[in-house]
Amino acid sequence: MSPNRPITPSTLSPKDLPWQIDWNKSKCTLCGQCTTVCPVKAIELGVFRKRKVKTPIGLMTPPENEYSIFYGIRQKTDPAFSCIGCGMCSMVCPNGAIMPRRNDEKDKLCFHKNAGGKPRTRGGRRNDNDSLLDRIKFIRISMLTDPALDAGRHEFDLRTLLGRVLPPEEGLKTFREQGWAPPVREIYPLIIGGMSFGALSPNMWEGLQMGVAYLNEEMGMPVRICTGEGGCPPRLLRSRFLKYVILQVASGYFGWDEIIHALPHMKEDPCAIEIKYGQGAKPGDGGLLMWHKVNKLIAAIRGVPAGVSLPSPPTHQTQYSIEESVAKMIQSMSMAWGFRVPVYPKISASSTSLAVLNNLTRNPYASGLAIDGEDGGTGAAYNVSMNHMGHPIASNIRDAYLNLARLGKQNEIPIFAGGGVGKNGNLAANAAALIMLGASGIQIGKYIMQAAAGCLGSESDRCNVCNIGVCPKGITSQDPRIYRRLDPEKVAERVVETYLSFDTELKKIIAPLGRSTSLPIGMSDALGINDKAAADRLSIKYVV
Amino acid sequence: MCRLFALTSQEPVSPMQAIKALDVMREGHDGSGVGLFLSGLSGPFEDLKDCPVLSGIFTTPGIRRLDQFMMDHDFMTKYKTSTRLSEDPPTGTPKRDVYLARAYEKPEAWKHLSPEKQEEEMVRIRLQLRRMGEANNDMTVFSFWPDTIMIKELGDPLAVGNYLQLDRKEFDARVVLAQGRQNTNYAINLYACHPFFIQGICTMTNGENTAFLPIREFLESSNILGYEGYQSDSEVFTHILHFTLKRLGLDIDAYKHIITPLKDRDLNNHPDGPFLKQLKETCRKLIIDGPNCIIGCLPDKSLFMVQDSKKLRPGVVGGRPGMYAFSSEVCGLDAVLPDRDVTKDIQPMHLDTVIVPPTRQEIRICRQTDPLHLQH
Ligand code: SF4
Ligand code: SF4
Repeated sequence: MSPNRPITPSTLSPKDLPWQIDWNKSKCTLCGQCTTVCPVKAIELGVFRKRKVKTPIGLMTPPENEYSIFYGIRQKTDPAFSCIGCGMCSMVCPNGAIMPRRNDEKDKLCFHKNAGGKPRTRGGRRNDNDSLLDRIKFIRISMLTDPALDAGRHEFDLRTLLGRVLPPEEGLKTFREQGWAPPVREIYPLIIGGMSFGALSPNMWEGLQMGVAYLNEEMGMPVRICTGEGGCPPRLLRSRFLKYVILQVASGYFGWDEIIHALPHMKEDPCAIEIKYGQGAKPGDGGLLMWHKVNKLIAAIRGVPAGVSLPSPPTHQTQYSIEESVAKMIQSMSMAWGFRVPVYPKISASSTSLAVLNNLTRNPYASGLAIDGEDGGTGAAYNVSMNHMGHPIASNIRDAYLNLARLGKQNEIPIFAGGGVGKNGNLAANAAALIMLGASGIQIGKYIMQAAAGCLGSESDRCNVCNIGVCPKGITSQDPRIYRRLDPEKVAERVVETYLSFDTELKKIIAPLGRSTSLPIGMSDALGINDKAAADRLSIKYVV
Repeated sequence: MCRLFALTSQEPVSPMQAIKALDVMREGHDGSGVGLFLSGLSGPFEDLKDCPVLSGIFTTPGIRRLDQFMMDHDFMTKYKTSTRLSEDPPTGTPKRDVYLARAYEKPEAWKHLSPEKQEEEMVRIRLQLRRMGEANNDMTVFSFWPDTIMIKELGDPLAVGNYLQLDRKEFDARVVLAQGRQNTNYAINLYACHPFFIQGICTMTNGENTAFLPIREFLESSNILGYEGYQSDSEVFTHILHFTLKRLGLDIDAYKHIITPLKDRDLNNHPDGPFLKQLKETCRKLIIDGPNCIIGCLPDKSLFMVQDSKKLRPGVVGGRPGMYAFSSEVCGLDAVLPDRDVTKDIQPMHLDTVIVPPTRQEIRICRQTDPLHLQH
């Protein structure tokens, strides 16, 4: 290497990168598909020099060097362009000539992903494969008196309530006196959690909405989807499909104007209003839609200029305290829809979740609480927030439920759990575990991106470029050239398939427990775990 | 699965009748215990209708503590049964010092209390006695209520019945609930034996209540006197009934709507649809989930039977005006009422509540899809 070759502290070799490109010269036809599709431009066409030693027969002529050049694929080593392992190149290569390979040692890139003094932001996941939920087992199989139920033949009623449920005496009194009772919706316990129109591509959004509509109208499953912050396309606000939608308002109030203005034109009430105070991906941090994704459409819906980053503050700055928020915001949102729509806050799981919950129990207008565990989130976040902040969901939900049980208010304020549900693919098992720990329902985000749209991200820092609008699958990009890769019809189909199979699996779990007419909320006697500390912490059985 | 038998009769009958029925059904229970609830008592108790009757099992020191306690609370014994038991209890039955059914005159101070307050006081006394017993292991109190005797003992029902000489006149009753126990608890606990009783409401069950834990958590947290100490997964059924009648002020036909609510599409067509939807929603935590047959007795001495839709084989109710019996098996019914018109037997299906009112002249069936009986 020439001495004046620019080697800086951040000069890395391919070996230092988390992903290395295996490129097979003999298979490659140089069609250029991989370099075109690569979302981060990690590979480029390269010119290589080749030396061949020519040894002629006989002793007279000495061997010679013959030089030639050839073209091929070269991996960039600039940290800004490092391969993210998405594998799109291998998907488009007609000859199977290219494939990313994970580094066999800890990469050095992590020390350099802060060019310009900006810490790394990314979309996606917490990048930790460990999941306590996966370790919980269902240990109660009813074989005592009657044979267990048959998941395939018995009729099941897998629904949950969203909304404040009055205690029995009060409920009946209110009914008799024809008083105001808080609105309650009967919904499917698996909710597509808040992913904004802005975070997701229009095609992805449309696909999810279509899938949800199909599930409701054709399959009779009252599935609900939350918009996330950032508004809702005006057409949806004025359509009959709004009843399947939970509208989210967050501290940025993005898109909220549009919603308010659509109020007089709404044919249907939305399913509910979710007020976002916190999220699992970045507890204590606000929303973050980076400028890459703020195109004209998004700018119009959110009422902002195009091409600027849109961070929402972590706090609702118009409000003095969470107590005030609970009192004012929940009430004013309820009022906007004539007290016919459940309104509930969403917070990130933390050691103060209980305090928020306690506040809610005393507020007659609070309809529930969504708690998002540390694994939650799909949108952009600082690496450090995503990986190191927040509270896992299982123990947080458990504490919340047991706290309600102590007050005699379990299931009166339904708790919805999100964050890391199905992160290793075990969606039904994780959801059932959370329900039995006390959740009334489950919110999923990443799982549905993965299942319905083939998101490439994994829990080992693969892909994760959702934030910069270059999503290789077109799921989280606002660039039409990219998102047209995603067929909304196919997404809808996958949403339906995902829900139907979830439904079967959930039945397979709860039927042997002998449950069919009500969700086994809080049925912790069915749970076991092979970790004494976890068992004690969750008040479930310790099994080895 | 436990075997259940209940009788309601114009003329007082011996509880041994019910025990005989259990014996016929012995294939279905392991003889690990028997539970009896007697009400509509005759003989000496007949004239003491107002006096709370204490029933339970005591050790000799226990009875001394009981006497002291009752004296301290100004109760005066009006009548007590005493039995000289043979030396050796039957196999499986522990040797006990005293089985007690004793009627007390209420304390002077209660005179000024409303009937509700008095009922509450009786529950409080029973709970205090239960706790005392649990602390010293010297008393097991099953009930403290007028016109009510409960007996529970380990061992084969027939053997226990003979041993306790239950065919004596003083035990004759117009309402008898009996359970032959199939023990599924790890340790045999007398309190876990059916039937369960609270303030004139008594039920027994066979089946499995898979929603036991969340229901128990709810009941325990409701701060209602007596909702505690659950030893059996079906004990909560009695308390749900108590909750339905006493707390919600509803009638027995609402009970089934609480424990096994209708599907939404049926509710939409129901004359009381909106009310029942509200009931289903607010009482969702009381939904029992599991195959269960419940037989019970209400404060007015009506008997009833309901089952969950998952119960594969329903119980059966039959008899003639003046005497009806509820049984988990037909053979039990045959043993006690062989001359009834079997074509009039009723096997309640999953929507039915079968009720024999205190007049004992007919069997009333209320279907869940029918209008509610009582609506204020
Ligand atoms: S794996 Fe993805 S990021 Fe890496 S080179 Fe291939 S297309 Fe580019
Ligand atoms: S495929 Fe798209 S949505 Fe999935 S991790 Fe990559 S950039 Fe994010």
